[in-house]
Amino acid sequence: MSVDTSEVRRIAHLSRLAMNDDQARDFAGGLSDIFAFVEQLDGAAIEGVEPMAHPLDAEQRLRPDAVTEPDRREAYQAIAPAVEGGLYLVPRVIE
Amino acid sequence: MAQETLSGWVRKLQAREISSRELTQLYLDRIERLDPELNSFITVTAEQALAQADAADARLAQGEQAPLLGVPIAQKDIFCTEGVRTSCGSRMLDPFVSPYNATVVERMNAAGAVMLGKTNMDEFAMGSSNETSFYGPVRNPWDTGRVPGGSSGGSAAAVGARLVPGATGTDTGGSIRQPAAFCGITGLKPTYGRVSRYGMIAFASSLDQGGPMAATAEDCGRMLNAMAGFDERDSTSVERPAEDFTAGLNQDLKGLRIGLPTEFFGEAGLDERVRGVIDAAIEVLKGRGAEVREVGLPNSHLSVPAYYVVAPAECSSNLARFDGVRYGYRCENPEDLMDLYTRSRGEGFGDEVKRRIMVGTYVLSAGYYDAYYLKAQKVRRIIADDFRRAFADVDVLLAPTTPELPFALGAKADPVSMYLSDIYTIAANLAGLPAMSLPAGEIDGLPVGLQLIGNYFDEARLLGVAHQYQQETDWHTRVPAAFA
Repeated sequence: MSVDTSEVRRIAHLSRLAMNDDQARDFAGGLSDIFAFVEQLDGAAIEGVEPMAHPLDAEQRLRPDAVTEPDRREAYQAIAPAVEGGLYLVPRVIE
Repeated sequence: MAQETLSGWVRKLQAREISSRELTQLYLDRIERLDPELNSFITVTAEQALAQADAADARLAQGEQAPLLGVPIAQKDIFCTEGVRTSCGSRMLDPFVSPYNATVVERMNAAGAVMLGKTNMDEFAMGSSNETSFYGPVRNPWDTGRVPGGSSGGSAAAVGARLVPGATGTDTGGSIRQPAAFCGITGLKPTYGRVSRYGMIAFASSLDQGGPMAATAEDCGRMLNAMAGFDERDSTSVERPAEDFTAGLNQDLKGLRIGLPTEFFGEAGLDERVRGVIDAAIEVLKGRGAEVREVGLPNSHLSVPAYYVVAPAECSSNLARFDGVRYGYRCENPEDLMDLYTRSRGEGFGDEVKRRIMVGTYVLSAGYYDAYYLKAQKVRRIIADDFRRAFADVDVLLAPTTPELPFALGAKADPVSMYLSDIYTIAANLAGLPAMSLPAGEIDGLPVGLQLIGNYFDEARLLGVAHQYQQETDWHTRVPAAFA
């Protein structure tokens, strides 16, 4: 499968990656090669095979619903790009 | 002096023949003098290291015997270290000073290890040459015009040049074994779930596994003893009793059944000279009593394509957390929330990371999930089943680690040719099996790696086979002349 520049820009948007036309053109070749490469999977004998999500087929472990982590809010806010009054700042969302 | 192994230093420290401070200073001096040629460290933590060394010396004076007490090590910059920049090789995390320690870091601290710093790596562990790092490429100590492999290229180059006796790595598709092979050292990827992923920055969560990199199998066993163990903070951590991974080192090889996967020897692309080195290593093991037979892994040719669906899919989900809001890089003057997200990510990530995020986003998007992701997960199972059948007849599998010698910087410009350098390592990740690489020869002054793949939880046996091989050969003792 081959992807063109507009398809690359669509995927970039879904991926939340800023990308101009020149950059999209640069990515198109590599992405097309990768999609063509993984098409080898089409020949695999996988009828009736269960998909494998975890190498040991382990079940999700459960634990009691109890507080286990201490409050580290200040330490986490200290490394944020922009905070004020204990809140994370982003550009205005509602005018 | 720096030729001594990690295990040798443990013994000398316990015997009080050298202090941890002296040893730490010795390696810090080597890093300062020699690393400018290699770029294997992103951050050197000299001050903290000397403080840790003094604390270790005080514990040694009390007669304590913690397994790594006083030994200098380095952490791959993918492991979160409290109060120290944890960049993951990315501009995105260049400003990130972790507020907590990874479990691996906590455990190694408790074992008494002295951290010299954080090693360079491919950005977010996505790469096989260490050329995708935001901090510039790492160079191979055997030939600085060549790559050290990746993604744990900084750890491999640092150990190979004896700038540190041991370092941690992570292996999602070969990122411990391939650089270990390229830099002439020993590296082990444990069974999936052995080593906690808590605080290890996630790339592909069903494949990622941390492990040790050092000069010898014995060193790797010692390090793994400190690194491994159940951790309730990692939901995929396996609950098994603690194990001594050095227990099998002195087991002789009489009657050991070694399988040679025909697919890993017959493929076009295997350098004949590499094959010659592997054939010679097989003879050494036979000489110590091992029995060798051919086995089939008939679906192994699908490993790389299956991996390049599964790994990018998981990567696109994991890397969605980098949004420019809570930590890490944020673009200047965002116009609105969408602009903040897309520009922070567009400017913060390098090209290979973007490529994999886009592949993952695409294969998970509406209408394509079954055709790519579900299919790849099914192929993953038939690859794992091949191994199950093989291990019914043999104890370990043996193969080259890489099809070729370390390549020149810039030699693999297109993504798919780079991906194929992991052709022999990826299958073990898909199956979740333990696998290691150890030095087995040299061609034109460049090291060649031998790969051993074990059954689930069979690390002690793998390390034992490697140790027995290292009793008979001296490849693991060789250091590039410029760093001797």
